[in-house]
Amino acid sequence: MANGNGGNRRRIGGVILNVEDVSLSFGGVQALEQVTFSVREGEIRAIIGPNGAGKSSMLNCINGFYHPQGGTITYKGNKRKQMRPHEAAAQGIARTFQNIALFKGMTTLDNIMTGRNLKMRRNFLWQALYIGPARREEMEHRAFVEQIIDFLEIQAIRKQPVGKLPYGLQKRVELGRALAAEPDLLLLDEPMAGMNTEEKEDMCRFVLDVNDEFGTTIVLIEHDMGVVMDISDRVVVLDYGKLLADGTPDDVRGNKQVIDAYLGAVHD
Amino acid sequence: MLYRESGQFKTSYEADQAILPIPQDRWFLMAVLLIAYLVIPAVSSEYMLQAVLIPFLVFAMAAIGLNLLLGYAGQLSLGTGGFMAVGAYMTYKMTTAWPDMDIIVVFLLSGLCAAGVGIIFGIPSLRIKGFYLAVATLAAQFFLSWMFNKVEWFYNYNPSGTITAPPRTVFGHVVTGPEATAETRYMVALILVTVFALIAKNLVRGRVGRSWMAIRDMDIAAEIIGFKPYQTKLLAFAISSFYCGIAGAMTLFLWLGSVETEAFAINISFQVLFMVIIGGLGSILGSFLGAAFITLVPVLLTNAPQLAGLQMATDLQKHLEVMIFGGLIIFFLIVEPHGFARLWQITKEKLRRWPFPY
Ligand SMILES: Nc1ncnc2c1ncn2[C@@H]1O[C@H](COP(=O)(O)OP(=O)(O)OP(=O)(O)O)[C@@H](O)[C@H]1O
Ligand SMILES: [Mg+2]
Repeated sequence: MANGNGGNRRRIGGVILNVEDVSLSFGGVQALEQVTFSVREGEIRAIIGPNGAGKSSMLNCINGFYHPQGGTITYKGNKRKQMRPHEAAAQGIARTFQNIALFKGMTTLDNIMTGRNLKMRRNFLWQALYIGPARREEMEHRAFVEQIIDFLEIQAIRKQPVGKLPYGLQKRVELGRALAAEPDLLLLDEPMAGMNTEEKEDMCRFVLDVNDEFGTTIVLIEHDMGVVMDISDRVVVLDYGKLLADGTPDDVRGNKQVIDAYLGAVHD
Repeated sequence: MLYRESGQFKTSYEADQAILPIPQDRWFLMAVLLIAYLVIPAVSSEYMLQAVLIPFLVFAMAAIGLNLLLGYAGQLSLGTGGFMAVGAYMTYKMTTAWPDMDIIVVFLLSGLCAAGVGIIFGIPSLRIKGFYLAVATLAAQFFLSWMFNKVEWFYNYNPSGTITAPPRTVFGHVVTGPEATAETRYMVALILVTVFALIAKNLVRGRVGRSWMAIRDMDIAAEIIGFKPYQTKLLAFAISSFYCGIAGAMTLFLWLGSVETEAFAINISFQVLFMVIIGGLGSILGSFLGAAFITLVPVLLTNAPQLAGLQMATDLQKHLEVMIFGGLIIFFLIVEPHGFARLWQITKEKLRRWPFPY
């Protein structure tokens, strides 16, 4: 596994995403309570916390799937409160899900091609004819998607419907679909959950390579502390919807509260 | 070096993205088209064309339409008959109001009318799904049936309430009305179906098709990827209804010659639905197979016993027909949702490996 992915190798820019005092509740359940943190351009930011801490809810707020009742989210300098998921997508936010959300009846290739949809300009009339510009456009995007397929080493399952693929591969295809959008901000909800060590190592490599080669900013939720400590630049710790700690992996690892509330609880 | 390589990739993707990447399939399609365009018109009897082949083409068109909506975009509609009625009545209205307008243009315009009506009745799909949507489209079916029956303007105040296709020509050939020969009407229907099947295939293999399938498979994820759910669903309703509208216009102008609203009743909606299920959800080929099956079985049941020298009462035929359809629909829904199209694919794969079992 790659080690010590510190800020010296890559360029970390200014703040791309700023989450301020965000609160979200479902009826009586307070999923998030005045959470504040920021994400800098080009960094790998981990969100950790015990089950039900509000990690997935946080990602859902960022990509417009949930609408927080309080607080503000500033993305690329624009403050916003409410937006639809497809608008977030149009602004360069892509994500994967904790429970894989692939299009099960479609092939690996088609699933990843859907990630290109916002880059495709030809309307349905052009496509009905499938000549000239429409065909050229399809080929260009196909070529891009093939690069992703090569990168993720999933050439062999290109034409298979994803519903029948093993779990680990589905996670990989889902990452591919998110990458196809060439996002500026990539949100990964437990990309390595349920994987064996080998699969996890592959996934870590992909995440690091994406960050390294394309400079994509990544926010990832992960339970495996080894992985988090290895690949992330900074870590946010949530517990019962509240921000518990925020800092480098070493800071967080040494934080007394975190050890009590989270690490301790896990190792009990 | 790299540049050359990427150039090569491009051509291979193009070949890979073709409708039929395998040469044998292309030959097969060529053969089918050859038979459809040259052999059938030369050898078929009037009865064969009128009772089997023209209705097959009409229903293939409608089945493609419903398959785009149900098989690809995952939106269940029971309003097929209603949308076909829009196509038929609007074609009738336009061609009687503007007799000089080219009949093909009239067909396309009434397809557009049906598309507009489809969008209106597709609006509930933005809020409701599955069973509830089916009920909403059922309302469309009944409303449209009722409207074309009640509003006399739609049938030009004809006391009998029927609409009749006036004679119209294309390139000097009479293609509609009583003087049009069955061969001519068959050819026009065949050309329309060929063109629109190709268009449907183009749509489903590109971005539009992927947006429909994404909405069908997981609408939340589709939205997060950037598909606009409203636009995607309404486009599916519009295009699907366009096809149904053309099928309705074909029913009146190329097949029956004169119809009442009864020709587009709810049982037509169900019939087309059965075609799509039996033929294969999410397959253009399946739409053809389903349409062929459902138009052929009654014809076979009518004729086969006589050919074998047996007598079969008509009501027994009807019952057999219903039993066969019912059984097959249950079979396909449970065992093979991709219908005949999938069975065909499996057969081809077996043939490719033949004579080796694996
Ligand atoms: N759509 C929803 N409706 C109601 N409650 C919800 C909803 N989504 C999340 N919650 C609640 O919000 C809290 C935080 O959930 P969330 O899924 O964000 O936790 P998490 O940190 O991702 O947990 P896990 O590690 O199990 O994935 C939980 O109590 C959960 O039950
Ligand atoms: Mg979660």
